[in-house]
Amino acid sequence: MTKEAKIALYTKMARIRHFEQRCIRIYQQGKIGGFLHLYVGQEAVAAGTISLLGKNDHLITGYRDHGHGLMVGMGMNECMAELTGKVTGCSQGKGGSMHYFAPDKNYWGGHGIVGGQAPLGTGLAYAVKYQGLKGSCLTFMGDGAVNQGAVHEAYNLASLWDLPVIFVVENNGYSMGTSQERSTAHPGCLAKRAEGYNMAWDVINGHDVYEVRAKTALALKRAHEESKPTVLEIFTYRYFGHSMADPDKTYRDKEEIKTYRDKKDPVLLFEQELLREKVLTPELSQTINDAAMAEADKAAIFADESPDPTLADITKHIYWEEDNRGPKTTSRGTIIFE
Amino acid sequence: MAVISYREALRAAMRDELNRDKNVVIMGEEVAQFNGAYKVTEGLLKEFGPKRIVDTPISEAGFIGLGIGASMLGIRPVMELMFWSFSYVAFDQIVNNAGNIRYMSGGLINCPIVIRGPANGGTNVGATHSHTPEAILASHPGIKVVCPATPYDAKGLLKAAIRDNDPVYVMENTILYNDKGEVPDEDYIVPIGVADVKRVGTDLTIVAHGRAVITSLKAAEILEKDHGVSVEVVDLRSIRPLDEETILKSVRKTHRALLVEENKPFCGVDAQVAYLIQSKAFDELDAPVHRVSSIDAPQIYCKRMEDLQMPSVERVVAEALKVLA
Repeated sequence: MTKEAKIALYTKMARIRHFEQRCIRIYQQGKIGGFLHLYVGQEAVAAGTISLLGKNDHLITGYRDHGHGLMVGMGMNECMAELTGKVTGCSQGKGGSMHYFAPDKNYWGGHGIVGGQAPLGTGLAYAVKYQGLKGSCLTFMGDGAVNQGAVHEAYNLASLWDLPVIFVVENNGYSMGTSQERSTAHPGCLAKRAEGYNMAWDVINGHDVYEVRAKTALALKRAHEESKPTVLEIFTYRYFGHSMADPDKTYRDKEEIKTYRDKKDPVLLFEQELLREKVLTPELSQTINDAAMAEADKAAIFADESPDPTLADITKHIYWEEDNRGPKTTSRGTIIFE
Repeated sequence: MAVISYREALRAAMRDELNRDKNVVIMGEEVAQFNGAYKVTEGLLKEFGPKRIVDTPISEAGFIGLGIGASMLGIRPVMELMFWSFSYVAFDQIVNNAGNIRYMSGGLINCPIVIRGPANGGTNVGATHSHTPEAILASHPGIKVVCPATPYDAKGLLKAAIRDNDPVYVMENTILYNDKGEVPDEDYIVPIGVADVKRVGTDLTIVAHGRAVITSLKAAEILEKDHGVSVEVVDLRSIRPLDEETILKSVRKTHRALLVEENKPFCGVDAQVAYLIQSKAFDELDAPVHRVSSIDAPQIYCKRMEDLQMPSVERVVAEALKVLA
């Protein structure tokens, strides 16, 4: 990686961190409804993997989707406005926190049902292969998703049909408020389940963005050159509850969180590494973090000042054919009912 | 115009669209090498090869979800469900993913997928294989549902479905697969959301869809011959979108309506149609709207009883006479 690329990567991680921390304040002000699943602590996973993607590489994830969105280049404004349900949001206030999308940047969401995106990601990889392109689909999920049937069906199809999909299990240790030991048979290694499907797998230290990049690059090579799938299990940790609705008091102790924050924080560790490498200076780091904070502040104001969708907007974007009625559409009749 | 079966009409629709658009892919359990569990896809593997005609494992949530993902990136998958009853293990994919993706992305993503297969009772296979989920699925905005009753409509609706940019679920009927009818060789579509008056009459409107149309047409003949009643039969063809105007126009003419469907009665398609008629044609009615549907129980296995559980010609005639009384 060039010096510039390293600084850019650190900048992106810092932006995710500050965006998420700004979200907490807005949530506490009561401006974000529904669920808010924060990515704080997991930044190196999205940053390390997504920073490797090329023009025919796609990605899709579950509901903890803000970090991935910012990594592909979504703006903080559209992301923040989506959280507050504004028409200027990336999904025009129709998706919310769990449903970010940027298909123009190969980002296919943002999916609310645990594991439900695994077959979709496999299908995106199928489409890439069908079209004869050298690409892939990074299909992210949490450790809780590995017990969903849809994930296993996707594993089987991906391997059976040699699809260029990389299943990335972001293992933060807890499926909602249930620890891995209490939810998963053979909890030591979730990636190893790939063996049952004759798939390659690897485990990665998700606190080290260099390691994430190095091992993901091997999986991407396998996808691009052999059209074969991989399961990557990336060990990581989230500092906040499953969502902001989770008081986080029953299933882990504060000491555990503190240990991760103090000793394994991926943003801090990367900053220290770049200082050691003399890529960063303390001043430059301060500038980067100040800019990210200011950007998040501006996004909060943008979200505040943006208008809501209208009553008429409720019934838009349900059907392509309804939004584009004309001589060429194949539908007639009543499709949206009173 | 050739006379072909409902099964051949569906196959012709797929062949036409496979030739027309290289992004069309046929996928499902035993659709290729085995030639289709009900032989709807027979010969397509030989004609189009394994890239276009794809056998899947028994893994509905997996392969339907895969088709949805592929459709987001421009593939136009036509997925066969061996039975629509099997859709229940893929419900999250069919409803949450296919039905919501356009909405939740604020219109950024389309999902032009077709899922087709038989959705009917009456074949002596018990409750798990006899579901008719058109009402369940049509109750989700974002999804389209069509139920062809004739070979002509089967071909035209399936072609329209494949060209449509939204998810369209085509519910066929194994009992109709051998039914024959006139089908044009040339290219045509039946627009989704347009009902068809299958028989013109003046005294009573019967609204039906799927095989209930065939049952209703037979009942209409008996009502004419034995009772001197002129019955109009409106075939919905499409459940969502719904052709409200054709239903209302017929009711305004006959002033009496009988609704026939093979679903169970509670929250069936005809519950919505009955609401529509009372809401928009209340003053036109000379009698309450009546319904004939399957007896409200899981589908019984015993063939003799199953035939009685479902709407029969006799039951339709008897209920029609009540509306006319």
